[in-house]
Amino acid sequence: MITVDSAGADGTPLPRRIPRSSIRGRLTATLLGFGMVALATCALAPLVGTTPISLTRALDPAIPFEQNVDAQIFFVARLPRVLAGALVGSALAAAGVVFQAMLRNPLATPFTLGVSAGASLGAMLVIVFGGALTFGSFSTVPAASLAGAAAATAVVYWLATRHGHAISTSVLLLAGVTLNSFLSAIIMFVQYLADFAQVYRAARWIMGDLDIGGYDTLIASLPLVIAAFALFAWLPSSLNLLSVDKDAAAARGVDVPRAQRLAFFSASLATSAAVSLAGPIGFVGIVVPHLVRLLVGVDHRIVLPASALFGAAFLVACDLVARTILSPVEIPVGIVTAMIGGPFFLWLLVRKS
Amino acid sequence: MFLIADRVSYTYNRRTGVEAVKALRDISVGIDRGSFTGVIGPNGCGKTTLLKLLAGVHTPDSGSISLDGRPLPTMSKRYVARRIAVVPQETHPAFEYTVLEMALMGRHPHLGPFQLEGPADLAIAGEALAATGTSHLAERSYMSLSGGEKQRVIIASALTQSPEVLLLDEPTASLDLGYQLEVGLLLRRLNRERSATMVMATHDLNLAASLCDTLVLMRNGRVLASGNTADVLTSAMVRQLYDVEADVRVHELAGHLTVVPLGRLS
Repeated sequence: MITVDSAGADGTPLPRRIPRSSIRGRLTATLLGFGMVALATCALAPLVGTTPISLTRALDPAIPFEQNVDAQIFFVARLPRVLAGALVGSALAAAGVVFQAMLRNPLATPFTLGVSAGASLGAMLVIVFGGALTFGSFSTVPAASLAGAAAATAVVYWLATRHGHAISTSVLLLAGVTLNSFLSAIIMFVQYLADFAQVYRAARWIMGDLDIGGYDTLIASLPLVIAAFALFAWLPSSLNLLSVDKDAAAARGVDVPRAQRLAFFSASLATSAAVSLAGPIGFVGIVVPHLVRLLVGVDHRIVLPASALFGAAFLVACDLVARTILSPVEIPVGIVTAMIGGPFFLWLLVRKS
Repeated sequence: MFLIADRVSYTYNRRTGVEAVKALRDISVGIDRGSFTGVIGPNGCGKTTLLKLLAGVHTPDSGSISLDGRPLPTMSKRYVARRIAVVPQETHPAFEYTVLEMALMGRHPHLGPFQLEGPADLAIAGEALAATGTSHLAERSYMSLSGGEKQRVIIASALTQSPEVLLLDEPTASLDLGYQLEVGLLLRRLNRERSATMVMATHDLNLAASLCDTLVLMRNGRVLASGNTADVLTSAMVRQLYDVEADVRVHELAGHLTVVPLGRLS
């Protein structure tokens, strides 16, 4: 085994300076900080809206729920929407981190590889050609968009692995971008065939909206997001090495094809769950990871969990703006994230170059 | 023999057959423990491929690689990575990792999937940075460094793996004369004082002559000759390898063989 002492390259001893950067300390501090921001945002957001309510009154067990208007607004009208925002924001931000590292491309988003276009096409087909049925509070639209996302994921994966068992990231990017524009054309064609009411509904879906109208849809997507996050837990140190160099990662004991597959499918799963719940809400998956990197550095063991927490806070805050800025009119949250995300993205590009 | 390639062949794009390139044709190479072996030959002769096979990054189509008597496929990738480290020609990370983070990634094969590096790992990384003269850069962004600094950090990262073997792929190719000399001295010191086994692919015959005790001469995916540097590095061999007429003699001041190219044979 090669052991080295603290002598310089020329043999002269250098001041022994063992770096004092404890990953444990940084990770704990970051998780606590971002966790508190996320928790505070989720607790305070339901209090804000057209009708002002009081948290103490909403949580007062002395008043029966039927007579407690504050509690009804808090738990029935606003909390499901806030929790949906947290879940979707968290899933999209984390998926963005994973795709960016796996593709070695800081400008990748959860939608780069065509998952969202597939989900959108699935939703469009059901909205336009019927079958948009509701069973109780369950709608077929999320199920159809999940199926569309799964189909797009399968096609892109098949294309990128045709030349061997390892994923070719360049083919993955090209296939994803091409599939995106191809599916967009089909979506436009489907909308062309639809009537006005259907086109309106389809357009609203594509803008992205967190008004999910209850807890049932939320609970239905929860297992998918939890599964994706459980897979994410295995990824961070492999993502560090993959984003440095694929061959160097292999030479350090990373099973590169397996790590790439795990990253691709877990991030696609998180994206599919988020999009099927709330439509393709743009820019969360790129703005949040970059903001987090500016704050805590680029180590994925910190960036991934921090982005998941900050993504939740970010989307809930954006939705708060969407609900209140033109009150009593509520605008789709996708418009707000794009209006914040677009300029931020451009600033990032200009800053880099 | 410590690290052995036994009759290995490797073809790129073998699965599809599209633009398939036969990179190695049934070659055998043996590396002694503690030796400093240079792999030389013209562009496309298979030097890099041989290193990737020795590191277990690629698996040979036929033949086998063994380390210390055990075939590589019988050992886990992490175990191999604890014994063999690779220094590539250039490294371009997608994100702005700090020098310390780059060095600490060398600990990956020593840590469990959910294990974070502790004080012992930090100490190893700190010593590797010190040994490569990059301690003062620890908090800097890797991307902001000069070519020479980057390469020394990559070597530090490989040392942080605590390996027995270092496989170096043209480690000085992108460096200026001063840094070439510096990295060369560092490698020689690690080889002599720590008895690290070194295998270095290079185009720089003078660097190879100054550092390596053994040479493997490759052309067209085959081994032309191998043995003691003094025995195999001759003008006849240079002619066979590169189609170049060269004067090969011991430099009085340098104390090792030097190669001065005189002209290309048509």
